[in-house]
Amino acid sequence: MRWLLLKDLQILRRSPLLVALLVLYPVVVALLVGAALSSGPSKPKVAFANLVPADEAKIDLGGRRLDATTYASELFDAVDPIRVDSREEAIAKVESGEALGALVIPPDVIERLQGTLALGGGDPPTVEVYYGAENPLKRRYVQATIDATLADANKALSDEIFKEAASYLSLIVAGGTLSLPLVGDIDILGLRRAQAIIDAAIAGLPEDANARIALQQVSRFARLAADNLDVSGPILASISNPVRVEERAIGGSNASLDVFGVEVAVVISLMNVALLLAAGMLALEREEHAFGRLVRGLVSRTGLLVEKIGLAGLFAWALAAVMLAVLVAFLGLGWSRTPAWLAALAFAALAFAALGVAIGGLAREVRAASLLAFMLALPVAALALVPSGAVDGTLYDLIRIVSGAFPFKPALAALDAALNGGGLVAPLAHLAALTVAFGLIARLALRRFA
Amino acid sequence: MAASRTDAPTALLAEALSKAYGKRRALQDVSFTAAPGELVAVIGPNGAGKTTLLQILAGALAPTAGRVSLDRRDVGWVPQQPAIYSKLSVQENLRLFARLEKVADVTGTVQRMLDQIELRERARDAVGTLSGGNRQRVNIAVGLLGDPSVLLLDEPSSSLDPRQRERLWTFVSALAREGGTTVVYSTHNVAEAERYADRLLVLADGELLFTGTPAELERATGEHAALDFEGAFVRFLRSRGH
Repeated sequence: MRWLLLKDLQILRRSPLLVALLVLYPVVVALLVGAALSSGPSKPKVAFANLVPADEAKIDLGGRRLDATTYASELFDAVDPIRVDSREEAIAKVESGEALGALVIPPDVIERLQGTLALGGGDPPTVEVYYGAENPLKRRYVQATIDATLADANKALSDEIFKEAASYLSLIVAGGTLSLPLVGDIDILGLRRAQAIIDAAIAGLPEDANARIALQQVSRFARLAADNLDVSGPILASISNPVRVEERAIGGSNASLDVFGVEVAVVISLMNVALLLAAGMLALEREEHAFGRLVRGLVSRTGLLVEKIGLAGLFAWALAAVMLAVLVAFLGLGWSRTPAWLAALAFAALAFAALGVAIGGLAREVRAASLLAFMLALPVAALALVPSGAVDGTLYDLIRIVSGAFPFKPALAALDAALNGGGLVAPLAHLAALTVAFGLIARLALRRFA
Repeated sequence: MAASRTDAPTALLAEALSKAYGKRRALQDVSFTAAPGELVAVIGPNGAGKTTLLQILAGALAPTAGRVSLDRRDVGWVPQQPAIYSKLSVQENLRLFARLEKVADVTGTVQRMLDQIELRERARDAVGTLSGGNRQRVNIAVGLLGDPSVLLLDEPSSSLDPRQRERLWTFVSALAREGGTTVVYSTHNVAEAERYADRLLVLADGELLFTGTPAELERATGEHAALDFEGAFVRFLRSRGH
């Protein structure tokens, strides 16, 4: 068997273009997929026209001056702004395709906001958003980004209003000093102090005084009002944030998006190399007409399969190990779990190589085997990445069964467990079982191989 | 052409060989012998069972019934298509198969084969760069690596030009005449069978219709002096309903 292995290595050495493609193509594809998975979409370019004069960007709220540009800056965390000076210019940017959307802050927006905050009535402040309709996907993305950012700005503003309202309520209940522009400081008595004064006045009246009953009613009102307004703060707070969110991950992976991207990239690379190499090298034995000569007592059919699985598995494992080592170093994941991920990659490489020889045995020709390997690999990887809840329950169960019949999902689970600390035995056993199963399929396929 | 050697010692004995693929019978009860140094040609129309017979003799295919006297290791098999690796050099191919054949002296055997097929100067060339004739020579050399007493050639000259065919048959004839190797070959070229074979096996639809010398086959067709050997062969097949 070692002579066959040596022969295959010689053949690979004589096929530098094939080897380069075999290595580079899956690595490039895997890195692209990994990058796409681990990074969110880039910031959309949005034309931004702030028509509010610079000296009018302050809002007066209860005597405090809030800078509206603070809220606008939140938008710039989510988009890549193209600053323009007019509405027309902003719309032109969208029409030309330079920007995916445009956000226009009209000059009267601060004035209207001030009116709303002062409960002065009038139209509420409005900002204008323009979308390029050239691509529904882009439009939806920009729309969602701007909506989410404006919602954040609204929330921040309402929080400020709530704080101001709460301070007024506190003043009404407990009393204190209210500062007003032009007027100066005003002492507010407050309900509790008013009740204390009334109670003192009642105590000084004769028992049969006619005013006593009326004053007692006022005192009772002051007490009830103070007690009830005292709980208004928490009620307002609950209106400001009616639903609190507490997040907990249940089961599955606790890998970060970056690490998950790395896992997917490495497994895709491993899969492509092992599948293509195993399928191609087995089919090559037939294309070179050497299969009949080899199995005529020189090598057993099973031995031939073991050799191909070993060669493809070793090659894919080495490539994936180097790739993962580079990415581990790049992401600073540490080296303590190296033996675990090397083992996970080894089991995965053997399972994919076994699938590869099954494909090679069934396809029987190098081109057909390569095509079949690609046609099978991509849907298998895609199915394994379908999250639960994304599709109907029955369909998801079916997807789980199909994914479980191929090595991609258990390979991903094994690598995830190896990198993040989790149960490694089950996915490794799954991969071992698949290796045996595909090896048997390949052995059956060799019956009609010559 | 050499005389018939059917009464000579037996190098190869095939007894009642049959092969069926489902209901189709590719070979039916074929028996024959071959003597050391004898050149035996297997001829017949397409689908006659020639390749099936050679594969069974080579041990590459199990018969449904019957037996072959020799062990696989005593038989060198040269399939119709060169069964060698085009990316490897002539020398590397020979060395690989010598190792797989567990030849005792790999280097010595490879050198001897390179001399025998007259390709020493091209030993380091990739097989893929060789002409069809030279490739076939390497193919035959691989079949001879185990120093077999019987060499089986499946249509060895089918892809060769006349000059290459001539060189091939000179080489193969020398193996038989000088080396004492029994050579059994299949061919569509009836003239080659007449010219080089000591004995003919005529197969049609899996049945062995005739065993004898080319002269005996001509006689079996009757007195038709006007017919050449190919004409006589076709007439023979027609007379047997094929």
